[in-house]
Parts: sequence; C-alpha cells; structure tokens
Amino acid sequence: MIADGVEDEEKWLAAGIAGLQQNAFYMHRALDSNNLRDALKYSAQMLSELRTSRLSPHKYYELYMRSFDELRKLEMFFKEETRRGCSVIDLYELVQHAGNILPRLYLLCTVGSVYIKSKEAPSKDVLKDLVEMCRGVQHPVRGLFLRSYLAQVSRDKLPDIGSEYEGDADTVVDAVEFVLQNFTEMNKLWVRMQHQGPAREKEKREKERSELRDLVGKNLHVLSQIEGVDLDMYKDTVLPRVLEQVVNCKDELAQYYLMDCIIQVFPDEYHLQTLDVLLGAFPQLQPTVDIKTVLSRLMERLSNYAALSADVLPEFLQVEAFSKLNNAIGKVIEAQPDMPILGVITLYSSLLTFTLHVHPDRLDYADQVLGACVRQLSGKGKLEDNKATKQIVALLSAPLEKYNDIVTTLKLSNYPCVMEYLDSETNKVMAAVIIQSIMKNKTRISTADRVEALFELIKGLLKDLDGTLGDEVDEDDFKEEQNSVARLIQMLYNDDPEEMFKIICTVRKHILAGGPKRLPFTVPPLVFSSLKLVRQLQGLEENPFGEEESTTPKKIFQLLNQTVETLSNIPAPELALRLYFQCAEAANDCDLEPVAYEFFTQAYILYEEEISDSRAQVTAIHLIIGTLQRMHVFGVENRDTLTHKATGYSAKLLKKPDQCRAVYACSHLFWVDDQDNMKDGERVLLCLKRALRIANAAQQMSNAARGSSGSVTLFVEILNKYLYFFEKGNPQITVAAILSLIELITTEMQSDTSTPDPAADAFFASTLRYIEFQKQKGGAIGEKYEPVKVTA
Amino acid sequence: MNFLIGAFKPACNISITFSDGKTRKQVPVKKENGQTVMVPLFQSQENISGKISIEPFQGKKIEHNGVKVELLGQIVRELDVPGDIYERKTYPFEFSTVEMPYETYNGVNVRLRYVLKVTVSRSYGGSIVEYQDFMVRNYSPLPSINNSIKMEVGIEDCLHIEFEYNKSKYHLKDVIIGKIYFLLVRIKIKNMDLEIRRRESTGSGANTHVETETLAKFELMDGAPVRGESIPIRLFLSPYELTPTHRNINNKFSVKYYLNLVLVDEEDRRYFKQQEITIYRLQDS
Repeated sequence: MIADGVEDEEKWLAAGIAGLQQNAFYMHRALDSNNLRDALKYSAQMLSELRTSRLSPHKYYELYMRSFDELRKLEMFFKEETRRGCSVIDLYELVQHAGNILPRLYLLCTVGSVYIKSKEAPSKDVLKDLVEMCRGVQHPVRGLFLRSYLAQVSRDKLPDIGSEYEGDADTVVDAVEFVLQNFTEMNKLWVRMQHQGPAREKEKREKERSELRDLVGKNLHVLSQIEGVDLDMYKDTVLPRVLEQVVNCKDELAQYYLMDCIIQVFPDEYHLQTLDVLLGAFPQLQPTVDIKTVLSRLMERLSNYAALSADVLPEFLQVEAFSKLNNAIGKVIEAQPDMPILGVITLYSSLLTFTLHVHPDRLDYADQVLGACVRQLSGKGKLEDNKATKQIVALLSAPLEKYNDIVTTLKLSNYPCVMEYLDSETNKVMAAVIIQSIMKNKTRISTADRVEALFELIKGLLKDLDGTLGDEVDEDDFKEEQNSVARLIQMLYNDDPEEMFKIICTVRKHILAGGPKRLPFTVPPLVFSSLKLVRQLQGLEENPFGEEESTTPKKIFQLLNQTVETLSNIPAPELALRLYFQCAEAANDCDLEPVAYEFFTQAYILYEEEISDSRAQVTAIHLIIGTLQRMHVFGVENRDTLTHKATGYSAKLLKKPDQCRAVYACSHLFWVDDQDNMKDGERVLLCLKRALRIANAAQQMSNAARGSSGSVTLFVEILNKYLYFFEKGNPQITVAAILSLIELITTEMQSDTSTPDPAADAFFASTLRYIEFQKQKGGAIGEKYEPVKVTA
Repeated sequence: MNFLIGAFKPACNISITFSDGKTRKQVPVKKENGQTVMVPLFQSQENISGKISIEPFQGKKIEHNGVKVELLGQIVRELDVPGDIYERKTYPFEFSTVEMPYETYNGVNVRLRYVLKVTVSRSYGGSIVEYQDFMVRNYSPLPSINNSIKMEVGIEDCLHIEFEYNKSKYHLKDVIIGKIYFLLVRIKIKNMDLEIRRRESTGSGANTHVETETLAKFELMDGAPVRGESIPIRLFLSPYELTPTHRNINNKFSVKYYLNLVLVDEEDRRYFKQQEITIYRLQDS
C-alpha cells in the first residue's frame, strides 16, 4: 500500500488530481445548471479520489486541499438550493445515499454545515450526528483528514456561549463534548497510523505521522478558543478528558506532542489552577517520552507568567506551585528509571529557573532544588555526558545570573555539592563563570567565611583536582584562568583589618595548595592585597585602642615572608625577589628596620643562590639598587652591609658594560637627595671612577677582541652621572673632572679605532647641549656651569 | 403496398378507459420489451370500472359473436351479445371490490401481472383482443411487533463482532439504523459493506429455482477498526428498487430480502453474515 518510490507517488498524485479535476468540471456544470442530482453524483465521484491508499500523508494533503476548495463551492450551492425551496433535511438525507462511505461523509459534513446555518435543527444535534457518523472511516489517514474537515467546517458553528448557535441552557457543554470527541477519535487514528504497513518503514511512518500532528492538535486549539471553557469547565471536563486520552493512547509521539500542546494552547492561569491534575499525568506517560522538555516548557511559561505581573504571585503561593512541581519532577524521575541524567538535570534546571523567577526571595527553594539534584546525581560518579555537564553549568549559572551576586549564591549550601559532580574541566568552566559574575557585578566578598565558601566553589581553578595532570591544559587557557583568579583575589576586601586579615589567611591557605604552576599567578595578588592592609594599618597606627592581639603589620609581614618564600621553592626567584622588595619597602614605610632587613636578606640570598642567568642578574641588581636607594629605615651599619653587598654584586656581573652601569648606578646609594645624612660625595666619586675604569677596560677588551674600540656610550652615560651629582652639589665632582671626561670622550670619538655609533654621538651632543642650556639658564645653576667650557 | 398494409390492419380500435382514469395514480412499469409505460395503480378490494369503446375503421363493419372483458384469469364480464358493430360502441364495465391479495411483481424469473382483456369474438378472421395492464399495490399497517435484529458472530480467535439492526421489518422508504461493535479484531479488515439481497425462488420441490440479486451495496466502514470500535449504520432504503417481501405466492414463488454484512480483509477474503428482513409497503400518510 505504501508507495515504492517517490516517482510512483507523483504519478498517483497526478492521476488523483486529474480525476478530481475532471469530476469537479462536471460538478461545476451541474451547479451552474442547478442540477442537484448530477451535482451529487459528480461530487461523490470527485471525492472518491480521496479513497486512495497510495499517497503519503504529505501528498494526500494536497489532494485533500483541492477537494476542500471544491467542497466550498458545493456548500454554496447547497445553501442556494435550500433558498430555492429544497429542504435541507432532504438534502441531508439525499447525500447519505452515496454508496461509498468516504464521499458520503464528506458530503454529509458539507450539508451539515448548511444545516446548522439554517438553524432548522440545533447545532449540537447536527454536530453530534456528524461526529458519530464519522466513525465509519477507520483508515488512519483518511479518517484524520475527514475529521479534520469536520473540525474545519464546524469551527464557527459550535454552540458556544454567545454564539448565534447557542441553544438552550448549557449547550457549550455540547460544543466541548463535540470537540473532545472528535479530538479523541482523531488521536486514536493518529496513534494507530504507526501500525499501518510493514515494520521496516516504521521510521518513515513516524516522520509522516509527525507531519500530521497539527491536525490533532488543532482540536485542542479549538477548545482553547471556546468562550464557554472557563476555568471550571477546563478543570472539570476539558483537562481530565484530554489527559485521559493522552495517557491511555500509550504512544510516545502523541504524548509528547499533546502534553506540549496542552501547555501551549491553554492559558497559564488555568495551568496554575490545575497543576495537580496536569502534573499528575506526567508520571503516567510512556517511559520514553521526553518529559523534561515538556515540563521545562511548562515551568518556563509559568515563570514568564509570573514575570508579567506581580499580581499573580499570590496565586502561585496559594496553589503551592513550587512544591507541586518539585514533587512532580521527583515522581517523573521515579517513573522513568531509564531517564538519562541529562533529563534529570534539565528538569531541575528548569525548576530552579522557575523558583528564581517566581520566588526570588525563597533561597530555601533554590537550595531544595539543588539538594534534590544532588540526590539524583549521587552514586553516579562524575558526569561523563557532555550535554549533561553543560546543563549543570546552566543550572549553576542560573542563581548567579538571577542574583547578580555570588554572596547570595554562597548561601545555597547544596551549590558546592552539585559542583562535585562536574569533571575537572567543567568545574573550571563553572569556576570561571562564577568569577566572571563577581567581576561583572563588582561583588564585594567581605568575610572570610564567604571567601572560604567561594574558594570551595572555585577550587577547580585553585588546585589540581583528582590528580589530573595539567599537561593537556592549553598554556593560554591556563594563564587566562589563573589571571582571573588573581583578579578575584584583588576583589576580596573588607575595611575592617581584622576581617581582612582573616580573608588573607583564608586565601593564602587555599592558594598555597595550588602547586608550582599556579603560585606565580596567585601569590602576587595576595602579597599586594596584604600590603594594602599594611598600609591601611599604618594609617591607623595612632589608634590607641589597638590591642595586643590585633592584627599588626608585623604579623602580616611574617605571613608575607612565608608566602613569598614559597615562590623561591618553585623556583620563581625573580618574582620572589620583586615581592621581597615590595615587602621591604612596605616595612620601610612602617619603620620596621629588622623586618625590612630580613626581606633584603632573603632577596640577597635569592640573588646569590638562585639567580644565575646573567641577564636576570642585571635586572635584579638594578632592582636591588633602586629599592635600597629608597630605603630610609636602615641604620648606618645595616645600610653599609647592604650597600656593600650591592656594589659587590655589581662589580661581579659578567659583562663589562653591565658591570659599568651597575657600578655607576650604585653611586646613588651614597647620595640620597632628601636625606642629609646620606650624602657621601667621596664614595659617589669612587663609584663613578670605578665605573670609568670598567668602561676603559671594556674599550680595551673590545679592541683586543674585535680590533675596534666599542662605543663611547658608557662614557657619555658616566658623564651624565657626573653632571647629575655636580648639579646636586657633590663637592667631589669638580669642573676639571667633567672637562677631562668630555675631552676623553671627544678623543675617543676621534680615534681611528673607534666604531662609528650615531646613537652615542647624538647622546653626547645632546649632553653637551644640556650643559650649554644650563649655563644660559643663569642663576645658581648657570653660575655653577659657567666654568665648564666645552669646545666641541 | 398501401392496400397490403390495409389488409392486415385490425378491423377496429379498442380503447379501455378507467372511470377515474384522470385522477388515478399512474406508476411506471417495465414491459417485457424493456419499454416503460405508465399504468394505473390499484389496490386490493378496489372497484375496477371503466368504459370500453370499440370503433370500427372507416367503412368497416365488425361482425362478432360477442364482446367480453376479463380481469385476467379471474373474472369475465359479457359486454355484448353476438351482433354487428357499425360504428363506435361503448360498453361500461365494473368489477366490484376485486380481491387482489398479491401485488404486481416484476422479477427475474417471475412476473405477477394484473391485466384487463377485451375480446371481440368472431367466427372468422380470429378474435380481436386488447389488453390493458394495471398495477396493484397493497399497503400494510405498521407491524405491531417489530423486533430488532441483534447478533454476535465471529470466527474463533480471529474476529468477533456484534451487530444490531433496529428492526426486522422495514417499509420501502424506511431507514436501517444500527451498529456494529467490534469485540475482537485479529485480521486486517479493509472495509465493510452492508448489502441488500433479494432472493426470488420459483417452483416448488425439486423444481425450485432460486435467483439472488444484490440490490444495494452500501459501504459502512473504510479501514481497519480496532477492538472496541462501534461503527454506525444508517441506510436509507428509498433509493433502491425494492418490493415488499412475497411469501409463497399461490405456491408458485417467493421473494425474500436479506441484509448481508460483508467484511473484506486485506487479502480480499470476505466474511459475511446474512439476515433476513421483511419488507412491506406502508401506506403513505
């Protein structure tokens, strides 16, 4: 019965259309000549084309639509015929003389439409007769289309309240009864369609069936449009009857579609008031029905309904929507033991969205949902299903999006439990989502407890979970993650130093477990956060109520020392060095000499033991010099020790130019501008002279090694130092010394062996211009420069 | 040639008219040669009366031994003693309250006719005879007992149905209402028809000849029902050419009607159940 090929089907359709058109032609002729007998004869023949079993529903529909158009003309004719005096009751009988049932019933429905309009019989009686007579067509496709025709012609003739066809009392009941009956029969036919034809074509048939679903669903739409279907009637008649059919048909496709249809076509208010009944149907559906989608849509609709107006919220409370939904989900999961975990999570995710929308104030509801979810997940291990994981992320993201505030979310005790079930990759994703939420909303996490909870949530980023190695992780992704953690640490803040200190300790506890790859990212923000607290305390130091046990800079520094030390073990000595110096400076500002000294000591040890790369050494030296120069807390002895060490390190650098630059930089260690007790002109000069010597040596080495002396840049740089100290009034820097240095440079530049270096030349020239400029400025500086005669 | 044709012409024109011929209902009847003619309609116990005119052709004289009219096979009325007819002569006749218990019937193998026969007997040239058919229909009152037909039939483990026709006796313009209820369906049914069959039996004993005709084939159901389905029946009898049931007319013949419920499966196998119904003619009110 099913077409062998598409081509054959096309042929059959073409033949069907041809037959239909031919008979329609004769029918039109009969209509034009008011020949009732012929009109009936040819219309019946025309409709006989619909008796075919050879067409797929899709093609059959085409044929049906053409017939439908022709039947409209026939209906007009019937109407005129009654106006000409032919009794509609006679017509109603006459069309029933047709021998074949399908044409007979199409004609009957057509006359029936005229009959109702004539009002010679109550609409309800005609409709009842029609819907009963249609039982004669049991072929699924033909029956569905016939009943669809009946539904179509009767739509505007239901004895609805306020309709012109409304009869005596309660005819709306008949209207509803009629539609329900047609719906029930159509659904039965539709479900039965799957058993037609060979089993191997089942899949194709299911597809075809799916195409026909709207024919069935249309009835529900009609029901929803009936004016007289108020809440009571919906509750007492419509919903129970529809659900009865849905449940009893035991068909996956139909159940899924119809449940969805019910939810979509009837008003939300009705759903809310009949939640018990509606939800009660779900556990009775076939185990393969995709309940999660349907139920999710219901919850979505209800959420939107709640969002429309605050006026409806009391209704939700009154009917206990949340607990009903929650129970229903539990029962559905129980009834469908094979439901994939994805379905379970989707359901809870929707419920969570629902409760967040409808009861934003009821955190306990949200937590209940998460708790229920955890119960379902427990014993299932980590989630393997990719989609399920995504759904969990959505589930967990919902409260964040709703509250825009991790603090609220942190109150959900089951939240971290759900996260437990994510694989480490997703756990990280979720952690990132949480951090982003905090960043976006600039949420302040201001207590140690919350920090503790938060870090529990994002621990996927803080340490390697379940021993997975970070090898597979993309380097860039990893950096991105850790940078976000670093940003997060900066966000944790409380004005109260005590609490802030607790926060710092909590953060420290968590990040120290992060392993060598993470520490370089996480320690710096912690250090700076701690230093911020130190500076804050500095301002409060005068506070006479400061108690013995309270947070003191000292305590913080102790902690910092231990913290930074972890970096040296990684090893990340350069970073540790920088952080030590940051701490040292802070200690300096707090006038804590021993502490500062200790930091320097740590830094020096690091330098000596860990920093072996010559370029790193250069950078480190300049850091040392720079920091040390700014320290004012040290007494002479300590300062000497540290300065001595620094100059020592400088002189021991590998490359001569590096040595030279480090040494002349050391000169600043002996001349601190704003501290009179730190102006040792002699040692400045010593440094500069030593730098000159090294520069010379560098020239010579260059000569020896390459046959040309190097650039004069170093000399010009030293000259600039001379000029600096000269201006600052270092008595040891004499005009003569400057002049001789200038001469030296000039000579060097003119020497045969010198390598031309435009940059150095320009540098020198601009230095000389500077001297000229200072002279012309006049005043004290001008006078000072006056003796510096430059002949270039 | 004209002379020759004239020679074989009947000597006179005999016409039969009924007293209420202008007002009496005429009904069509099919003659043996296939032509349909309109004939007057009578029923039992009616007076059959009228006039018979005999008109000799121009210039002719009919010498006869007597004129009579017969209601064929039953009653003879002498209209005239032997004599000559020179010109048009009209004879009234009347058969009063004639018992005509059987209806006119036109079957396959049997015809039941009512005929008026006028005979002008002549001693030479043969008698001149003229026939006039008329039709008899007898009406029955509504039967006082008219039970429905209800029956459960089936093939074990294959098909079980219960059907119900609202009556066992239907008049000619009646409508058969009923339903078929499917108790068990294990075969793939394609469709279901209700047929009206007429069984005409003639002769008796060993010489009985039976002829069955299907007068109506009415599709009740398209497609395969499932268990629990109930299919309505509504069959109007008016479009079909039915006659009342005739039972053993003069020990010569019977005409019986049957409703035949036929189910056809996808392999075109037919399953059927036949039930006799009685057809009667109900007086139009």
